[in-house]
Amino acid sequence: MENGTSPANSAPGARPSVLSIESATRRFGDVVAVDRVDLAIGQGEFFALLGESGCGKTTLLRMIAGFELPDEGRILIDGQDMSRTPPYDRPVNMVFQSYALFPHMSVAQNVGYGLRQEGMARSERDDRVAEVLSLVELSALAKRKPHQLSGGQRQRVALARGLAKRPKILLLDEPLGALDRKLRERTQFELMALQARTGTTFILVTHDQEEAMTMSNRIAVMRAGRIHQIGPPRELYEDPNSRFVADFIGSANLLEGEVLGTEAGTARVRLQAGGHTVAIESDAGASFSKGQPVTVMVRPEKMEAGRQAFGGPNELTGQVVDIAYLGDLSIYHVAIADGIKVQVAMANRQHRQGKPLERGEGVHLAWHPGDAVILTE
Amino acid sequence: MSRDNPHASHAGRRLVTGVPYLWLLVFFLAPFAIVFGISLSKARFGVPPYEPLLQNGEVIAQWGNYAFLLEDPLYLTALLNSIQIATTSAAICLLIGYPMALGIARAPDRWRSPLLLAVILPFWTSFLIRVYAWMGLLKNEGLINSLLLALGIVDQPVQMLQTGFAVHLGIVYSYLPFMVLPLYATLERMDLSLLEAASDLGARPWRAFLTITLPLSLPGVVAGFLLVFIPAVGEFVIPELLGSSRTIMIGKVLWTEFFNNRDWPLASALAVAMLLLIVAPLAWLESLRVRRRGAAR
Repeated sequence: MENGTSPANSAPGARPSVLSIESATRRFGDVVAVDRVDLAIGQGEFFALLGESGCGKTTLLRMIAGFELPDEGRILIDGQDMSRTPPYDRPVNMVFQSYALFPHMSVAQNVGYGLRQEGMARSERDDRVAEVLSLVELSALAKRKPHQLSGGQRQRVALARGLAKRPKILLLDEPLGALDRKLRERTQFELMALQARTGTTFILVTHDQEEAMTMSNRIAVMRAGRIHQIGPPRELYEDPNSRFVADFIGSANLLEGEVLGTEAGTARVRLQAGGHTVAIESDAGASFSKGQPVTVMVRPEKMEAGRQAFGGPNELTGQVVDIAYLGDLSIYHVAIADGIKVQVAMANRQHRQGKPLERGEGVHLAWHPGDAVILTE
Repeated sequence: MSRDNPHASHAGRRLVTGVPYLWLLVFFLAPFAIVFGISLSKARFGVPPYEPLLQNGEVIAQWGNYAFLLEDPLYLTALLNSIQIATTSAAICLLIGYPMALGIARAPDRWRSPLLLAVILPFWTSFLIRVYAWMGLLKNEGLINSLLLALGIVDQPVQMLQTGFAVHLGIVYSYLPFMVLPLYATLERMDLSLLEAASDLGARPWRAFLTITLPLSLPGVVAGFLLVFIPAVGEFVIPELLGSSRTIMIGKVLWTEFFNNRDWPLASALAVAMLLLIVAPLAWLESLRVRRRGAAR
């Protein structure tokens, strides 16, 4: 999916923000689960909170739902301060990781539960339940009990129940975690279609970067209770702001070095590995000082490996130590200095022409100056 | 394992389930058959105090004892009284026990075991001694009345012992753990994310309790109610010690027939009738429940 150009990727300033989190903190004893998080999410966004387990993403989601109250900071939903509002008075709904379907109620009763609490009239409620059930293609199963459904069907009931009240925000806590791989991939696209159709703001919590990249307009990468970077998937991948994000999203070659000088938006960096000097285009070029230690990040697929020298500004030499043949791609592990290896991913475009690189061969590596990123954090 | 030697595992299974059934056969069904046999015979003076069923190679069985149970209103009154006392006692146990069980189930982990222990603790002392202790508390010159008099709340002792109040109190006190434990078991098992989901969907805590917690704990409510109701119907010690002579319960009547009137056949008929009257409806309810669950699957 081409996320980079869709208007949904612009910062929420372009559209009214439906959720603003201001310096929210939540502690459990000595552990700071959520640490001074600032976040604004625009109306209609599909937003992902991404991080490993224990990074605070679920706590942050539960703070938005109202199950956890912030120790400090504020949570504004649609401009209203709801930091202290109990869950039952917040215009947000949640799809639980375990789905939390009421086992003693039918599918229709589960979906209608929230409407009933609202005091909606029976006939209107029935119409709405029918409407949401058809949205998730479960109309035929309205009378079933949860234990008579498959995992995928339960997940859709949970979704329908969350959408039935037409919440301002739908919170999804690892909604695909309990599904098998094939169903998960299909459901990703169903979720995106559902989000587009209802126009509801979705906030997704996941530890799966592929899931976050596939579905969301913007992603916040969290670690140790803090948000490290927020941006569209493309930006996080191409322009990570830290070693952590670079390493967390996709795979990255991180090469330590020091800045020799900058001119015309290009920084020259001497790498520790082999003492090579490389040139990296950088918007922040001017802000580097001479001798500043930095990390150069090059994605494996942006590097090229070959037997002959490429003659470009960035050229390393090394030895192939390992090859992973994946069919469409081959990943070459190349040692460029003692103990320092880089990964090069190259598409296997040709079948019979040319002899593929072999283990133990000496190779030249190259990349375009615009394809690497200088990281200082 | 079972595939290698199915016969051995079958035999093993039969042995494991067979022992308890053998126990029931020897100590429940056999005595029940004997009691049923006695109920069909005639009373007489002597040892044993009933005529043998088998006389001169002929079986002499008669239903006269059962007919008499219907003729004398004492037995029906005693039965209805027992059911009424057992029902109200079980209901009071439910009202007290439900909040207790809920409180324990939702208490922090480290509090749960001590609280449960406190519920079971009275069982360390003999049931009989605890009922006697209540006599000491409730009698006119007992602890409660002395205290009320000393504080000037009453001018003369309040008659508590030998009243229906004391019988109810005794039953509720004695059987409360049987209500709390099954309730605790169902409430503790409950998935708390269901309550979060209810709250998330707009249900205030009280609504969430009524629509989620209560319906899901119904099996515990039924189990607890029956565990209190069934022994309470046949209760003898509590009405004997705490009740008055006017508190007629079926267990007391049974005792009187056996040991005071020495009419074993009539007492046996009463015992059999009581068992059938209580067990049959419960067995029917249970079969309904099993069938409904089978249909739901």
